[in-house]
Amino acid sequence: MRTVAVVGASLAGLSAARSLRGRGYDGRLVVIGDETHRPYDRPPLSKEFLAGTLGEADLSLEADDEDLRAEWLLGARATGLDRARRAVRLADGREVRTEGLVIATGAAARTLPGTEGLAGVHSLRTLDDARALRDELARGGRLVVIGGGFIGAEVASTARALGLEVTVVEVAPTPLAAPLGATMGGLVSALHADHGVRLLCGVGVKGIGGESRVDAVHLEDGRSIPADIVVVGVGARPCVEWLEGSGLALDNGVTCGADGRTGLAGVVAVGDCANWYDPRAGAHRRVEHWTGARERPDAAVATLLAGGAVEPGVPRPPYFWSDQYGVKIQFAGHAGGADSVTVEEGSPDGRDVLAVYRRAGRPVAVLGMNQPRSFTRWRKQLSAPPRQS
Amino acid sequence: MMIPVCRLADLPRGEAFRLDIDPPVSVFHTDDGEVFAIDDTCTHQDASLADGWLEGCEVECPLHASKFDLRTGAVDAPPAKRPVRTHGVLVEDGMIYVRVSTDAPNLPPCVASRLAGGPA
Ligand SMILES: Cc1cc2nc3c(=O)[nH]c(=O)nc-3n(C[C@H](O)[C@H](O)[C@H](O)COP(=O)(O)OP(=O)(O)OC[C@H]3O[C@@H](n4cnc5c(N)ncnc54)[C@H](O)[C@@H]3O)c2cc1C
Ligand code: FES
Repeated sequence: MRTVAVVGASLAGLSAARSLRGRGYDGRLVVIGDETHRPYDRPPLSKEFLAGTLGEADLSLEADDEDLRAEWLLGARATGLDRARRAVRLADGREVRTEGLVIATGAAARTLPGTEGLAGVHSLRTLDDARALRDELARGGRLVVIGGGFIGAEVASTARALGLEVTVVEVAPTPLAAPLGATMGGLVSALHADHGVRLLCGVGVKGIGGESRVDAVHLEDGRSIPADIVVVGVGARPCVEWLEGSGLALDNGVTCGADGRTGLAGVVAVGDCANWYDPRAGAHRRVEHWTGARERPDAAVATLLAGGAVEPGVPRPPYFWSDQYGVKIQFAGHAGGADSVTVEEGSPDGRDVLAVYRRAGRPVAVLGMNQPRSFTRWRKQLSAPPRQS
Repeated sequence: MMIPVCRLADLPRGEAFRLDIDPPVSVFHTDDGEVFAIDDTCTHQDASLADGWLEGCEVECPLHASKFDLRTGAVDAPPAKRPVRTHGVLVEDGMIYVRVSTDAPNLPPCVASRLAGGPA
């Protein structure tokens, strides 16, 4: 292969570029990203960066002296993939002809329709989003977070520590029930109340009030919550519109194998935009976690360089962390299929639990709150190769 | 200065022992039976590498998965960017001793500022 293009210049794209060079690929490497920034780390955007304890320079994902011998096309959005001509089309009319393609376009924050142009309403995915939100939070006031998922909870936690009055609105009866199950979702979201943040569950948002600037969040049950700042944390959607009509299977992201291989030869997908086959779960999953975006590109690159001729290994179970109210939350595996959850260490009251999810007696997931040591042990156990059935 | 750590027999292979000096140092007994000592605190944030995932001669940070080489202290990939210090190890009469490096440690910003008495 003489040219490989990586579309998406963030964690998964950079990790793929690194793996390409690490695995001895010596040809032309083009990295295309629509943001103007060099690759930066997103997790601190809702935590230390938002709190003002980390600056922009600290977010860089590249080492100071790192040189991947890549052509960086930044501020360049890919708008299409021409499969016959093996070309990536860019918004400015240019195109990049390439033999190998790594799709790493990640995900974009979902927004609430009708709130565009209303000052004080934020979503949080990019550095630019985070700068804008940080500047507003610094002025204080009443914050309403729409969505009690991880990003919403982290923003609530950070804003609370900055002294804001915070309300979280969650449409589900329990926040985090999808990733953690209802019991543990309830336990983790109890952190809000512990820290004086109001959590309203089981109620949807009808609309956002205000002329040019937000002044309230109107709920479906008729209540209105006064607000100076609103953060919409209602999830993210994979950035794959640009691949419509390319011949790739798209279903909640790019459908791909355990090693990122797609139906098109020479094309792999990695990171938040990839809906990969998880042999442990026996199903496709799109996982929006940092560690997968960093680790999994290596297998995809191995497949790409070998022309698909390598056997995909079994990736480690998905893992993520979150930091809320000074508590380190860690989770690995899939809670979905579990038929029991038991607290093995610590106590729910102390918010320092290690909980194990089992299916038919076998551990399938583990949750830790301030339990890094036991969490690592359990996570290792989950990672043991699945038994052949 | 040699600091006694624990008996080799008390540190099973695949396990780590954290020595609570300041900053803490951890001693790892690998599956191959080698013993190494490195700074316990990850250079990215305040995590204890003794709580991490030991595989071969590498330990993966328990929080964000950067891997440190026990032999050199080098880190493989972000989020951590700086290496940890390595320390001399001596096993004598079944006892593990550590000779702590005199280099300056690469502590994460949050820990460094706390030690310096600044804001946490
Ligand atoms: C605020 C925040 C906090 C987070 N905290 C945690 C955490 O605590 N723990 C955890 O495990 N995970 C966390 N995550 C998730 C983690 O950051 C993501 O899983 C990770 O960034 C995914 O990397 P990626 O490279 O796949 O996608 P992204 O990081 O989304 O990068 C994709 C890049 O592609 C670009 N792009 C999109 N479309 C195009 C196009 N058509 N042409 C060119 N470029 C394009 C995008 O602009 C972007 O720069 C957090 C995410 C956010 C936003
Ligand atoms: S604390 Fe070690 S990698 Fe982040």
